[in-house]
Amino acid sequence: MNALYSLLFVFLLVLIPLFGVDAAHLRTFFGVCIPTTAFIIFVVGFVYKVITWGRSAVPFRIPTTGGQFQSFDPQLFKQNKLDCPQTGAQTFFRMVLEVFAFRSLFRNTAVSLYEGKDYPVVAYKSSKWLWLFAITFHYSFFIIALRHLRLFLEPIPFFVKGLEFVDGLLQIGAPVMYLADVGLVVGVLLLLGRRLVLPRINYISYVSDYFPLFLILAIALSGIYMRYYAKVDIIAIKELTMGLVTFHYVVPETISVSFFVHVFLVSTLMVYFPFSKLMHMPGVFLSPTRNLPNDSRAKHHVNPWNDPNIKAHAYADYEKEFGVPMAEAGLPLDNPENGIPKDKA
Amino acid sequence: MSDIPKADELFKSIDYNPPLTGWMETPVDFSPGHWCYPAKPEKIAYMDKKLPGLWGTPREWVPSEEDWKLPANWKETVVNGFRERLKKFRSLQLFMDICVRCGACADKCHYFIGSGDPKNMPVLRAELMRSVYRGEFTLAGKILSKLTGSRVMEENVLKEWFIYFYQCTQCRRCSLFCPYGIDTAEMTMMARELMHLVGLNTNWIMEPVSNCNITGNHLGIQPHAFKDIVDFMVDDIEEVTGRRVKAPLNEKGHEILFITPSGDVFADPGIYTFMGYLLLFDYLDLDYTLSTYASEGGNFGSFTNNESMKKLNAKMYAEAERLGCKWILGGECGHMWRVIHQYMDTMNGDNQWSGMTTPKSPITGTVFDTAAATKMLHITEFTADLIKHNKLKLDPSRNDHLRVTFHDSCNPARGMGLLEEPRYVLKHVCNNFFEMPPATIREQTFCCAGGSGLNTDEIMEIRLRGGLPRGNALRYVQEKHGVNLMACICAIDRATLIPLADYWAPGVAISGTHELVANALVLEEGEVRTMDMRQEPLPGFEDEDDDWTPPNMEDA
Ligand code: SF4
Ligand code: SF4
Repeated sequence: MNALYSLLFVFLLVLIPLFGVDAAHLRTFFGVCIPTTAFIIFVVGFVYKVITWGRSAVPFRIPTTGGQFQSFDPQLFKQNKLDCPQTGAQTFFRMVLEVFAFRSLFRNTAVSLYEGKDYPVVAYKSSKWLWLFAITFHYSFFIIALRHLRLFLEPIPFFVKGLEFVDGLLQIGAPVMYLADVGLVVGVLLLLGRRLVLPRINYISYVSDYFPLFLILAIALSGIYMRYYAKVDIIAIKELTMGLVTFHYVVPETISVSFFVHVFLVSTLMVYFPFSKLMHMPGVFLSPTRNLPNDSRAKHHVNPWNDPNIKAHAYADYEKEFGVPMAEAGLPLDNPENGIPKDKA
Repeated sequence: MSDIPKADELFKSIDYNPPLTGWMETPVDFSPGHWCYPAKPEKIAYMDKKLPGLWGTPREWVPSEEDWKLPANWKETVVNGFRERLKKFRSLQLFMDICVRCGACADKCHYFIGSGDPKNMPVLRAELMRSVYRGEFTLAGKILSKLTGSRVMEENVLKEWFIYFYQCTQCRRCSLFCPYGIDTAEMTMMARELMHLVGLNTNWIMEPVSNCNITGNHLGIQPHAFKDIVDFMVDDIEEVTGRRVKAPLNEKGHEILFITPSGDVFADPGIYTFMGYLLLFDYLDLDYTLSTYASEGGNFGSFTNNESMKKLNAKMYAEAERLGCKWILGGECGHMWRVIHQYMDTMNGDNQWSGMTTPKSPITGTVFDTAAATKMLHITEFTADLIKHNKLKLDPSRNDHLRVTFHDSCNPARGMGLLEEPRYVLKHVCNNFFEMPPATIREQTFCCAGGSGLNTDEIMEIRLRGGLPRGNALRYVQEKHGVNLMACICAIDRATLIPLADYWAPGVAISGTHELVANALVLEEGEVRTMDMRQEPLPGFEDEDDDWTPPNMEDA
């Protein structure tokens, strides 16, 4: 149901520019106003959220440790520097692997129950599917985003050109098919399929989980359509996009409507981004269970709201309360008077 | 325990298919057995005097009844408390925002594995809170409501929190697998803080908290009784070893203060571990003292709120100062060590007295820089160092009747990274050591399902369900290697693993590591022992003419 709503919603989003551009001739509106506004909302929303995170305190060092810590004897007990980092550099590498290789997800296992010969068995097997789907999806998305820089930069930076070359290495079709385009579509479909097919994952999925997937799928498909089928006027598009970054807005007449659909969907994604779970992208860098060294027994850290007025129950009060039996039991007292029973005192 | 199904029936009843109704519509079972008893009002009243404003109004209430007697302004209190904690904890704020509901954490929780209840999937447990966050604090959540999984704070939401946040042992296994390190244990801690504000609590947590404050330990053992127990143990040690050990209590002027969870003082099999400490220290002629005032390493405050955690923890430094100790040695305990490792110096470092120094073993001279800030050393670090320097004469064959495996307690494993030291100690004191399957040990270890204040009998079925992953791994090594003893380094484990093992792997006993150290420790040249620390005959070491019958054989 949630998936259906999302699909329907993305459909409606496609219709808006279709009508808007074709019927209402709002070319400047869809070519300039919408993307610019969306971009501003994206940046402001993104920064606002990250600042909100940054403003809440990190009172304690709470890294989840995934291996042996630095022991008193590093030879005897070898520290797992990546999963139990103790220095800034080690933590940095932990984060690099987390961000670029999805390392924690790589660890994933799946549980199953079955009747063993003599007793029931809980079995765990490595399950890397989600990791594979996620990495396909994210890297494809990333490469495609970088490739789009060619539209916004003049001259086109060498790395964008290099990326395009590598991405098109298979030389299939004309224009050359990009691997990342395939990767993105396949990746989204796999992630979607997983949500639809696995009962447990389906159970925890909201509209807000399906919607971004459908939206990104629609963006990918509209992009592919433009490039491989509609063969849009790329020179004219570059004129428009360069106009956006240099604030000399132009909307050449030769740009076809499929471009506006693509841009409108991308704008929707930009607006949606800061208010949604897509913020996991910046969030992964700030996660206190991953980005802190495990050194709080060795080094002093400060909790900004630590309350110095909270003190232990005073020993003096303790002795006052239990002094008599303590004295009888022969336990030493700070104040011998506490050991004299009330009726004798 | 009569109404608890047999192990194989319970196993068959687990169904991983979610119900047909969405999770927000699925009713929560409030029947007895699904919750721990609420705290006695006098416990709350006592703590409210010590730390005012954190506990709600003391009252009698029953979770299975309709009316939970919440204070009139409960909603405001919870929502405002929530807002405040979003600022105080980046973890909470961030974890509310970035979960993508990928489900990688779903089948990592022992409670889900053993129950199949979708609200025990960490992702959904956290959603119980996140949904309120979205509904109360985010614009998108306010507009789009249920489609984005948001709702506002209502009485039945709070009641659902009570059930499920007291069905999380804060073991952090989920956090290890989450691609963003989202730690449901952290959210559980916050949810519990909020529930405490309006008086939703459990007696099994509140009574220990107030006891720890009054008597120094969670069982409420008064100082003279504490001394009696220690004296008994000294007698028992003499019975086993022929040696009368020193057990200094509340004495000033010693170098080291030793603090262990009071579970080790009180109950089987923890006392054997305590006897192990005493024997080891006497053997080393260690310059140390025990304390009745700081007689609890376990910090039950960490199951309620930060303030009590800090208050109870502060006692350790206060006592070190009063007695003039230079550093603290800590016994085998799980959550005590998470608190010491991750929180202690940050919240109480300023309360340290100037005479404290980085722990240095007086026997080997090793300086433990890794504990330079807290000045507090884990006993397995201390013992591993002794073994490495050949300071202990050990006869591991005295443990030959035992086939041992090791249960990594969640907190030292995932909250410290203390994995190898206890294994090193164990392998030197016993000849038969076997690991459970890799997916169930070290950082992937499974909880005993009784941590964070859940080891009470009124929720036994929940505990046994949650104990399935650990119990099953144990059963595996029992069948494969004949394992008959599971050692661990946590006092709660020593209490909760016993019914768990009886249920899922009958025949396996539980012990601490220092019990086995004590068994193996050769006190003097040619020493002969005929009993182990439990005063049971040591196979292969019996007296020739021993006609003693073990107590459990008398009826046979
Ligand atoms: S693994 Fe992390 S991101 Fe995925 S559902 Fe669980 S908490 Fe959310
Ligand atoms: S912390 Fe442990 S008990 Fe709590 S949700 Fe995570 S895995 Fe389950």
